[in-house]
Amino acid sequence: MKAKTKDYNEEYLNLVKRLAPRTNEPRSLFNAFIVGGFICIIGQFIRYFLMYVFGIYGDELAGATSMVLIFIGCLLTGLGVYDKIGHYAGGGSIVPITGFANSVCSPAMEFKSEGYVYGLAAKMFVVAGPIIVYGISASVATGVVYYFINLLSA
Amino acid sequence: MGKSTIFFKNKPRIISTYTIAGPKEAQANVGKFIHETLIDDRFGEDTFEKAECKMLSSCIQKAIKNSGKSLNEIDALISGDLLNQIISASFAARDYDFSYIGVYNACSTIVESMSLAGALVDGGYMKNVVVATGSHFATAERQYRYPLELGSTRPPQSQWTVTGAGAALVSTDGIFPKILSATFGKVIDFGVTDANNMGAAMAPSACETLVTLFNETKTSPSDYDLILTGDLGALGTRLLKILIEKRGYTIDNHVDCGEIVYNIKEEEYQGGSGAGCSAVVFNSYIYDKLLKGEIKKMIFMATGALLSTVSTQQGESIPGISHAVVIES
Repeated sequence: MKAKTKDYNEEYLNLVKRLAPRTNEPRSLFNAFIVGGFICIIGQFIRYFLMYVFGIYGDELAGATSMVLIFIGCLLTGLGVYDKIGHYAGGGSIVPITGFANSVCSPAMEFKSEGYVYGLAAKMFVVAGPIIVYGISASVATGVVYYFINLLSA
Repeated sequence: MGKSTIFFKNKPRIISTYTIAGPKEAQANVGKFIHETLIDDRFGEDTFEKAECKMLSSCIQKAIKNSGKSLNEIDALISGDLLNQIISASFAARDYDFSYIGVYNACSTIVESMSLAGALVDGGYMKNVVVATGSHFATAERQYRYPLELGSTRPPQSQWTVTGAGAALVSTDGIFPKILSATFGKVIDFGVTDANNMGAAMAPSACETLVTLFNETKTSPSDYDLILTGDLGALGTRLLKILIEKRGYTIDNHVDCGEIVYNIKEEEYQGGSGAGCSAVVFNSYIYDKLLKGEIKKMIFMATGALLSTVSTQQGESIPGISHAVVIES
């Protein structure tokens, strides 16, 4: 019996594509919009609260608001609530900064069993790492482009 | 063509079984047949990996106890699981003073183990061989997908890894369900690359092994009361039926363990999967029916998707494997 060649089957792959259930996109978008929007409203409330009660303004206010939201994101992750919101909201709870907090906090919890150094600390950024790498790279690239556009227009 | 089926002349028997499953599985369809259910899916251990290992070890011990045999009558343990380097099975074997044969064929490991045990017992090389496999939702999630608390959504074609383990004791004596033949499958890869769609990746191999079994045993689907597959899920089952119809067979007596194991309330979508899925369903619910004689003759075919996180990330397609045994009550 001779060695067989790869039995890739286009016809079958098309059948799979046809039968595989699809995500209900209008519903997902709607859920994401509602939950994502709601998180933003909470953020806005925090912002006003910090401004009127603690008298924080400008960049400091933006930083403080983010910190409070990150804390809430981490707390809800630790309490095992955030993943349930995530199952329902999808992108709606991933995109806001609370989603970023969740993506750092959840692997830290998960890999704690392998120790504080090689587990928790090393694995903390398995999910958020790519976002940080490409987020920073993109911001640097944008900055460089912006710089040259400014030079040209001057 | 080479031969894939071996016929057992001395009819090795499955003389006892034991299953343990998590709280979610216990509340679902086959729950009341499962021998022992966990209240806490950590099983009193500090990590999920240890819990998975403990499930396997307890299953092995209690399957032996149920048979009335003593530990020193056991010749070997054949076991495997889904974790890297099959640690759960190997660490469970640490608890026992008999030979250990570690095997891996993803979710088809239970039938692979049964077939090998059947061959060892049938050939007269060994008298009592324990087979056991298991899986755990939490350990599989962390190895193959994301951290548990990450708020990601599961795609609708995905399946849910069963938290559970099943063990069976293959032996020579007594009047118990007997293994008539074993058909070892080939690795079939039709090019499915979506690691969330394992049903689709495994269905072609399931079809191939079934057709081989029918040809080599000179039987047809109607000769069996039940054709039980491992964890194809709802979508995989549909695909298998379409594929096998093209080969000239209709399998109306087909049931998939993955499809029946959950009530599909949460996000199980296509059903259960994992090495524990078929091990739990067969060794509890189905074995019970075999003992009562409600099922006379059946095919038990577990299906496995031979992927790893590395192969998936490198864009490799997912090869499927299916092994089948014919069991008569």
